Amino acid sequence: MTPLCEMRDISIAFGGVRAVDGVSIHVNPGEVVGLLGHNGAGKSTLIKILSGAYKADSGEIYVEGQRVTITSPRDARRYNIETIYQTLALADNLDAASNLFLGRELTNWMGFVDDDRMEAETRKIMARLNPNFRKIKEPVSALSGGQRQSVAIARAVYFNAKILIMDEPTAALGVHETQMVADLIQELKKQGLGIFLISHDTREMLELCDRVSVMKNGRLIGTERVEDVTEDDILSMIIMGKKPDQAA
Amino acid sequence: MTDVSAPQTKKRTAFQALELDTRLLGMIGAFLLICIVFNVMTDGRFLTPRNIFNLTIQTVSVAIMATGMVFVIVTRHIDLAVGALLATCSAFMAMLQARYLPDLFGLGLGHSMIPWIAIAAGLLLGTLIGAFQGWLVGYLTIPAFIVTLGGLLVWRNVAWYQTSGQTIGPLDPTFMRFGGINGTLGETWSWVLGLAAVAWAIYAMWSARRAKLAHDFPVKPVWAEVTIGGIITAGILGFIGILNAYEIPSRRLERMFEARGEVMPEGFTAAYGLPISVLLLIAVAVVMTLVAQRTRLGRYIFATGGNPDAAELSGINTRMLTVKVFAIMGALCALSAVVASARLTNHSNDIGTLDELRVIAAAVIGGTALAGGIGTIYGAILGALIMQSLQSGMAMVGVDAPLQNIVVGTVLVAAVLIDTIYRKKTGGR
Ligand SMILES: Nc1ncnc2c1ncn2[C@@H]1O[C@H](COP(=O)(O)OP(=O)(O)O)[C@@H](O)[C@H]1O
Ligand SMILES: [Mg+2]
Repeated sequence: MTPLCEMRDISIAFGGVRAVDGVSIHVNPGEVVGLLGHNGAGKSTLIKILSGAYKADSGEIYVEGQRVTITSPRDARRYNIETIYQTLALADNLDAASNLFLGRELTNWMGFVDDDRMEAETRKIMARLNPNFRKIKEPVSALSGGQRQSVAIARAVYFNAKILIMDEPTAALGVHETQMVADLIQELKKQGLGIFLISHDTREMLELCDRVSVMKNGRLIGTERVEDVTEDDILSMIIMGKKPDQAA
Repeated sequence: MTDVSAPQTKKRTAFQALELDTRLLGMIGAFLLICIVFNVMTDGRFLTPRNIFNLTIQTVSVAIMATGMVFVIVTRHIDLAVGALLATCSAFMAMLQARYLPDLFGLGLGHSMIPWIAIAAGLLLGTLIGAFQGWLVGYLTIPAFIVTLGGLLVWRNVAWYQTSGQTIGPLDPTFMRFGGINGTLGETWSWVLGLAAVAWAIYAMWSARRAKLAHDFPVKPVWAEVTIGGIITAGILGFIGILNAYEIPSRRLERMFEARGEVMPEGFTAAYGLPISVLLLIAVAVVMTLVAQRTRLGRYIFATGGNPDAAELSGINTRMLTVKVFAIMGALCALSAVVASARLTNHSNDIGTLDELRVIAAAVIGGTALAGGIGTIYGAILGALIMQSLQSGMAMVGVDAPLQNIVVGTVLVAAVLIDTIYRKKTGGR
């Protein structure tokens, strides 16, 4: 089976820092692949190359078996790659609807942005993702961490993503909201999306993911099926930077 | 959490139901206060039709540029070169009318195409220079402060070289109609335009309400809509009425009849009405507000000001956006150059001097945040009006010129302080 999306031998350096060094990962349809590693391991940088925020120094990207070049966020969106950034990437001064449709505004026949239609669509998707969400018309700076997170998630989910990147989507959330994200991931998985998920919570990752890849200092330590490893195995990969069978 | 309970069922006071912009109210209140205080101090000379007429035509040039400065500041930039760019455009248009077109292209002095060619060329020049500065900022990533500080020196003296420092005038008579008193619509057309504006405002309110109802969104109560519609109608017609109350002096009327080879009938009177320059400002305000609120460009300007990284990650080309914003600013400088030189009836070397400060102050007094992401077109125009009223009022009262500037400077700082406190109280908006 051809993977839905594959990143092959990706490298990027900032000045002297090799932030990502020869990493290969892939995701199949209906699969969740976790990325684990300490802060600064290169996880965000790797997925930002896929989402078009950075351009890799070397390496190849394949979507459904086709070689693609992604040099801007627009390119990534064209291949139905949607991203929830760790920083959320929201314009604080704009309301939820404007953020959700940022860069892809709905327009009327005169070419003017159709705020009413965007608001209606936003109400619809928020009713599904976060029924408590009411501050549709307020700037997102007035929202709580969890509400901001749901705006960022709604933006990624709304546009029929095939490949979804979630960089620490639960970092700002409480227990209840975290469970909602977990449920959403299961639902999207059933719809056949391929998901790259980044999180610090190893136990949560073993529950949500089908496979996990561990990175350290920009290098890929290894990729394991979750049923083949224990939490301790993963932790030792993160800390020691060695595969379990290599560990003495 | 309060936002979970349905907000529509909350009891609201009648005032809240109007959903008025409190900052706008505050600015209008400040403006009215200034007018009333000066009116008392001048024994009623401040609020005469004549003075209000003069006040509006004096405000136009700075107000037009202030609308463009809103976009510049919202995207976290600054433009210190607007006064100098105005001078360069003004010099270019004056030279086109007085020298280049008659001498180089053989259009006879007074040829009917001269003013239009001059205006078109001036607008093009302003847009190109603005775009060039925007390119330096956006693509070469030189800070806007530096690019336009350099521009301030460059364009002020490019203007000087074009005219060798001479005053060029008088300008073409048609061109001068854009300056204010030399080009007004007269009584009848002013009323027609005022009524058309009222009709349009009511239609806009009605169709906005209909669209909201179609989506099942909450709407204001009907009485609130009617009240606001009434205030808008009274405002527009009141403004036209005041301008129409300013009558052309009879000696000037006599000369106008003489020029046409006629004799003025006994007891004939006529009013100036709406100046074309003010009409121009209104048109700019409408277009710029549409751009800000209803176009992708406007949405991207505000998004980029709020969070440049987010804008970039959403696929917005923020570099090109910077070029566009500065190009708009340049075009508006050229338009202001038409108004300013037409009002003075000539191009003089010091035209637009210190305008950069007036324009920035107008935008900032009008609520544009230097941190970016926040600002309104109507706020900037009100800001320009407040500054001009202060300046004219103090001149009428006989305040020394140095003290006038001290007051204006103090007001600028105080306005920003009040705004900062207001934003903190209302939760960062
Ligand atoms: N834009 C950038 N410029 C310079 N260095 C960067 C940049 N982005 C990331 N880095 C560096 O790359 C390394 C990996 O960072 P990152 O991908 O954010 O790690 P993670 O997401 O795994 O915590 C870090 O050393 C970080 O300092
Ligand atoms: Mg990270």
